[in-house]
Amino acid sequence: MSEMLSVDPYVFLAIIGMAFVTILTRVSGFVLARSFAIEGRTKAALEAVPGSVLIAIIVPTVFATGPAETIASLITLILASRLPFIFAVFGGVGSVVVLRILLAG
Amino acid sequence: MTGSKLSQYGSSGNQFYLGAATSLPITLSIFAVGMVVGVLAAEKGLTFTETFLFSALVFAGSAQFIALEMWGTPLAISVIVFTTLIVNLRHILMSAAITPAIYHWPKQYSFIALLFLADEIWAVALTRAQRTELRPSFYFGIALPFYLTWITSTLTGHAIGRSIGDPAQFGADFAFTAVFLALLVGLWNGRSSVLPWITAALTALAVDTTWHGPWPILVGALSGAIVGASQYGFLKAKYAAVSEDIASDQESS
Repeated sequence: MSEMLSVDPYVFLAIIGMAFVTILTRVSGFVLARSFAIEGRTKAALEAVPGSVLIAIIVPTVFATGPAETIASLITLILASRLPFIFAVFGGVGSVVVLRILLAG
Repeated sequence: MTGSKLSQYGSSGNQFYLGAATSLPITLSIFAVGMVVGVLAAEKGLTFTETFLFSALVFAGSAQFIALEMWGTPLAISVIVFTTLIVNLRHILMSAAITPAIYHWPKQYSFIALLFLADEIWAVALTRAQRTELRPSFYFGIALPFYLTWITSTLTGHAIGRSIGDPAQFGADFAFTAVFLALLVGLWNGRSSVLPWITAALTALAVDTTWHGPWPILVGALSGAIVGASQYGFLKAKYAAVSEDIASDQESS
């Protein structure tokens, strides 16, 4: 039990470090936006970032894992553009399970 | 009660419950993602308490997911923290984008709201702010259930981790990708998204063939931003030309 509840100091340090930089990013945008007018070309650059980051995170799974993941990603996108969020997520997850079975057999 | 500061900011429980109800589908979806993170945490040897602190203090799904993939012995703390910073750079922009909707709140409310600015919460809050006034009670109606669900789901994943076997058989390894794809649809900003997003995808994919960790994400984000900035004048000129056409049509008719 004590083993389950223990906290390794290095793990704790990693968690604190991650928490610190995460809070830093979440607060600094507010501070920046209050100090500078973000407009024009800067705004256009910043507006492209959230989507670009999300894409960069998932693109290896989407295109470099296998056909099941690529097709399921397409299905998720189509569902998300037509149905509420949760249907897209569970539809996507369900389709990857089915596609893996179909494509493996 | 009328005219008090509390009622001005929506003291009624309605706004809180409305926020919770609006974000319920996302909160339920995130349970699946949290379970994946919890299972992964158990596989990487995190204890129950460590997993709790991980979710409660970091509270950033994608960063936690990517950090766990890099988790090893010895623990590369500086690389993990740097990767977290890169992955979460987008929060600077998300936080800047939500600022107009929250800066007039009491200071402590805005600050606490920023601590909870996860992608999903941000997306729901920003959508609300685009339609009507975003009140603190609505925001925390999104954030609090979402935060508690995140912690509960990672701990659930951690607890059942070893007993359910391979999470891939339930497609659970794909849940994270599915959530991000669904969020992307919400972030779609018409024609101005096309080139930055394609560029980000191609450069990230190219970098990923050789370097993992933060690099595909950093390069993808930067190249997307550069393309976004460089097409700014072009798109603006096009839109201006279109609106001039419309204006002259209206004059002549």
